[in-house]
Amino acid sequence: MAASVDSWSWFTALAVGVSLLKCLFINAYHSTDFEVHRNWLAITHSLPVSRWYHENSSEWTLDYPPLFAWFELGLSQAAQHFDPNMLQVENLNYASPSTVLFQRLSVVFTDLLFIYAVKECCRCVQVQKGSVEVLNRPSFVLAVLLLWNFGLLLVDHIHFQYNGFLFGFLLLSLAKHLQSRHLQGALLFAILLNLKHIYLYVAPAYGVFLLRSYCFTKDHPDGSIRWSSFSPLRLLALGSIVSSVFALSFGPFVAMGQLSQVLSRLFPFKRGLCHAYWAPNVWALYNSADKLLAVLGVRLKLVKEAELPRASMTGGLVQEFQHAVLPSVSPAVTLVCTLLSILPALLSIWRRPRGSRAFLRCLLICALASFMFGWHVHEKAILIAILPLSILAVESREDAGIFLVLTTTGHYSLFPLIFTPAELPIKVCLMLMFTVFSFSALGKLHRAQGSLLRPLEIVYLLGLVAVAIGCEFIFPLSPWQQKLPFLPLLVTSVYCALGVSYSFLRLYVTLLRSDGKAKQL
Amino acid sequence: MQTWSLVSISVLLAVVVRWSVSLNSYSGAGKPPMFGDYEAQRHWQEVTYNLPLQQWYFNTTDNDLNYWGLDYPPLTAYHSWLCAYVAKLINPEWVELHRSRGFESPAHKLFMRATVLVTDVLIYIPAVVLYSFFLTGGSTKKRVSVLLSILLYPGLILIDYGHFQYNGVSLGFALWGILALGLSWDMLGSIAFSLALNYKQMELYHALPFFCYLLGKCVKAGLLGRGFMLLVRIAVAVLVTFALCWLPFLADPSQALQVVRRIFPVARGLFEDKVANTWCSLNTLIKIRSILTGDSQLYLSLALTLLAALPSSIRVLMKPTFWHFKLALVNSSLAFFLFSYQVHEKSILLAALPVCLLLNEFPFMSIWFLQASTFSMLPLFLKDGLLVPYTVTSVGYLFLTVYLLSTLDESSEELGTYSKLFFFLPSKYLACMIRWKFYISIALMAVLSILSVALEPPTHLPDLFPVLVSTTAFLQFLGTFIHFNIVQFNEPSKKNQKKNK
Repeated sequence: MAASVDSWSWFTALAVGVSLLKCLFINAYHSTDFEVHRNWLAITHSLPVSRWYHENSSEWTLDYPPLFAWFELGLSQAAQHFDPNMLQVENLNYASPSTVLFQRLSVVFTDLLFIYAVKECCRCVQVQKGSVEVLNRPSFVLAVLLLWNFGLLLVDHIHFQYNGFLFGFLLLSLAKHLQSRHLQGALLFAILLNLKHIYLYVAPAYGVFLLRSYCFTKDHPDGSIRWSSFSPLRLLALGSIVSSVFALSFGPFVAMGQLSQVLSRLFPFKRGLCHAYWAPNVWALYNSADKLLAVLGVRLKLVKEAELPRASMTGGLVQEFQHAVLPSVSPAVTLVCTLLSILPALLSIWRRPRGSRAFLRCLLICALASFMFGWHVHEKAILIAILPLSILAVESREDAGIFLVLTTTGHYSLFPLIFTPAELPIKVCLMLMFTVFSFSALGKLHRAQGSLLRPLEIVYLLGLVAVAIGCEFIFPLSPWQQKLPFLPLLVTSVYCALGVSYSFLRLYVTLLRSDGKAKQL
Repeated sequence: MQTWSLVSISVLLAVVVRWSVSLNSYSGAGKPPMFGDYEAQRHWQEVTYNLPLQQWYFNTTDNDLNYWGLDYPPLTAYHSWLCAYVAKLINPEWVELHRSRGFESPAHKLFMRATVLVTDVLIYIPAVVLYSFFLTGGSTKKRVSVLLSILLYPGLILIDYGHFQYNGVSLGFALWGILALGLSWDMLGSIAFSLALNYKQMELYHALPFFCYLLGKCVKAGLLGRGFMLLVRIAVAVLVTFALCWLPFLADPSQALQVVRRIFPVARGLFEDKVANTWCSLNTLIKIRSILTGDSQLYLSLALTLLAALPSSIRVLMKPTFWHFKLALVNSSLAFFLFSYQVHEKSILLAALPVCLLLNEFPFMSIWFLQASTFSMLPLFLKDGLLVPYTVTSVGYLFLTVYLLSTLDESSEELGTYSKLFFFLPSKYLACMIRWKFYISIALMAVLSILSVALEPPTHLPDLFPVLVSTTAFLQFLGTFIHFNIVQFNEPSKKNQKKNK
């Protein structure tokens, strides 16, 4: 292998290897998202554009932005050669073997974009001089962390979604920014927003960064803004790129007068504060504090049991969650909380941009803040923070420590997504594989600077192992299984929420501290 | 990265691949009245759990031997009995006498698959890990590459986790035997190999080299001194192991005799189905079964098998080194596969195991053979509905081994034997020729795989594709057999000699 020190053959091997592994999961369990996407294939293929956002014979109505609908239309062109029956709207819950094969393969193949994006990201990583062995090179570690990401494998290739291809756009856009090709990055992000609007979470970071670092060409020596360097031409270029993407995507629906219908599908605020299973965020902590207070209140006779809203104790899985003691939370409150929590980060990069890496950090904070405080957050959204953080993790020791805490808790919190016993060995082994790799590879990478984790963090992660063993193996055999079926979910999300909140705060500290340093210079 | 993390990642990956394959269908799924090997194993659990041991191998009113009667040695029976106990705890319906016949459910499938994984994790995988760390030369990276290449061999995974069998147990015990012999723990090695023999009689394919290697070692140490003591110790170890395994059957000679009769079903004919050995391939030209009587078929195949296996075994008797032992294992198991009586296509796994052990020394030939061996079982996989895992694992394996072991770069180093055969050709052309042969044979296997899936055979030749597959594979096996025999009769190169010391 000595001859191939500078070649990228290892990258091909990693990519081909993981793609084949994905193909092995074809017959694994898939969630209702499989039917969601089959239904969208059918809608886009067999109905005129004007009906796309009105069709509701399935409960899984089209609720992604228009570009994704066009993407499904493109897929359906290939799908008709596999099994035309899957393209009929009335064939609800249709899952013939060739339908499964096609849908699974479509995820694997659209992941090619993700693979390309990962390659671009690996090129941006600062390389140490000298020929280090392949296994210990930052670019190799980054490639594994991204390509073999446990969460992505679980969510896309077992649970079933198209995140890989979407993250391809995000990572590619980030890579373009790291390479200072800001217009391309903006274009890619605009496309991404029109594919899946969950990426609105990180849009503030993009907006501030592009406005500040691209539209203003010069800074004062201390890094603060020089108003005179504003370039209207750049703003115009940026604006026209972004608005033309939006026009292409939403234009036809505006012309048909369906904009409000489309938007009502995209932002369904009728759903509850938390998703069916609580994502490990602030509201999970809030909800469990509420339950705890209710129980305590009843015990101490401060609250009468009859006054409590019914089902608040048994309904761990009920979407509409009524708080017993604490005030209930409305969508507006979550929005305000989210905005307030990202404001310092945005101000920080507005005052002193400090290049693309600070932008990346700000983007992570936006992603995590929306995850922490957002309305009806899915646990899968943690991937928006985990994947870009991989880039920082291979470059600095401190970020590597944050990464290890965040990925381990975030990935573990995905466990309840795959609840079928047949897939249990796969999820456990894959998670172990990824965790062993990230601990040992990042440890080796930053060996010179000492240990990655603080003692308390190690204790916390060991506690996670105990929680995992308790929830996955001991609890199903215990008598509590009948009485408190939601207990493992509650424990998992509360325990993971602690780790995610901690990582969020530490990430914030690193951003603000680097701001302070920049000021001193 | 530290070695422990590389090893644990490799093992975890192997488990993930095994378990993902097991999510697919199994042999005879939903095909009454006979079902397949899956039902055979379940039926053995039912029989061993419910009937007294004296009836296990006999045809009685409760034990219809024509419906998947027990025809493996006692250890398999005990294993089934153990599994049946666990099954009974989970769901008694799974092993109920008579009424559980043909039982199929997702939960039961999960249970059966889990039993395979448990035995693999306990027996086969640790042996592979130890082998690649103690008996493989080279850097850590090289060892891990060999480890991964052995663990991910698709043939074994597809048969055990797709088709459904417990080959990991018998092959695992055999590997423990090889491992112990390599580390000079001769008694432990012979015990492990005796266990393998008592799990599956097909392990006889490996028996000759084991016997000759140990005997040769004793002779070398001096049959009148230390060697004799060693011989006695080994003989006692083997006899005691056998006695313990057969203990319940020894009380009554008729019992033991019946077990032997069940294990060696002479009446079943020279070959069944399409198998890539000499008899089946010859059958396309000459109808042997109609020319010769049953008995003479048996003697002919016995004679030819011994004739083919003896040279390499005698060689290892004269030169009892580990290197010769490994080659003799390959040659003997291939000789048995190619010439012996009543061979199943799955028996190629017995040759594949020792070939896996040569991955480090002869990567090029080994990978070629391992690919061909997986390919030779294609008709079986298609029957079981394992097309997707077959495609994915074979393509993946080809890619992985070619990348990890840089096979193609090193092919020229292995050409010692060829340059003797074709001494008139310059070695540069030879290397080119061999490599092209490799590409062509891989392409041929790919094309035949695609044809078997995509095309309907012509009505007057319904078995066209299985026959083509088995004949192609047969030619490759024959080539491998000749190649490794020549290798064994040439002195090992200096590099290899150093490794053995």
